[in-house]
Amino acid sequence: MEINITGPQIFYEIPVLGGIKITESHVNSAFIILLVYIVCKILTSSLKLVPTTKRQIIAEFLVEKCRGMVSETMGDRCISYTPFVMAILSLVGLSNLLGLLGMYPPTADVSIPLGWSITVFLIITREKLRGGLGGYLKGFLEPIFVFAPLNVISEVALPVSMAFRLFGNILSGVVISELLLWALGNFSILAFSWLTEAISSFPIFQVGIPAIFSLYFDIFSGCLQAYVFATLAMLNISMAGSDE
Amino acid sequence: MAKAIVLAACALGAGIAVLTGVGPAIGQGYAAGKAVEAVGRQPEAQGKIRSTLIVGGALAETTGIYAFITALMLIFVAPNMFVELLG
Repeated sequence: MEINITGPQIFYEIPVLGGIKITESHVNSAFIILLVYIVCKILTSSLKLVPTTKRQIIAEFLVEKCRGMVSETMGDRCISYTPFVMAILSLVGLSNLLGLLGMYPPTADVSIPLGWSITVFLIITREKLRGGLGGYLKGFLEPIFVFAPLNVISEVALPVSMAFRLFGNILSGVVISELLLWALGNFSILAFSWLTEAISSFPIFQVGIPAIFSLYFDIFSGCLQAYVFATLAMLNISMAGSDE
Repeated sequence: MAKAIVLAACALGAGIAVLTGVGPAIGQGYAAGKAVEAVGRQPEAQGKIRSTLIVGGALAETTGIYAFITALMLIFVAPNMFVELLG
């Protein structure tokens, strides 16, 4: 048995700027985006003032729930961020759950969570700039000017820590599942080594047992991390807006 | 010889880095205990306490995740880098 922990596969390399690599994680996240788009398109097609189809009732229920969640966490002032937050939530959640289908979860590649957290960071900065550029720059000098470098570091630490939290959690799930599979395979070879070669080479313990652990690492941890990522984005955006 | 020392140091460093997990574990256990107390005092606020606990736990986990990433880099990235450096 071998441990097989690899990063995403590289499918294609665009020969510009020293080679931009198109990897498995890009393709899979594009697949997720397409999936979310199609689901939204189907749910919102042919809307009527008074809902008659089941489809529209589901769509209205979802929109109601999302707006409720955002207004509860961010306050009614930030209700216009609902589409953004829900886009983040659905993308992160579905990306984490993609491991269930045996595909490479895009969130286990650091560049994808980092991209999302930089988007959140840009929105936070925009919220802070609402009070004017002077006020924004002055915020770095608080409480006294000596703290300026520390304030810059704490500003940059936010997207980095958000990305690494998501990335580390999902990657740890992938790595632990892989190690478990390896251990179970070796254990079954060890346990049945007194039988004939043909029987002992079949890793019987690899059947079913990893699925139980996948319940935690893929479903529970994946949904939880998506929720945490979206909640942190909401909290940080609403905090940035209410500074003045 | 130098290569062996580098590999051994990377493995030891990864092990030591993962020890950071003690900190988040204590913190999360403390938070969970407090949440149990809070639910005992106010059972009707259970939903809100649970979601706050989950977010707090995820925040407390951050240092552990940093340690995990450090350990992973020490195992998968650092040996090749240092061995190349030594030539």
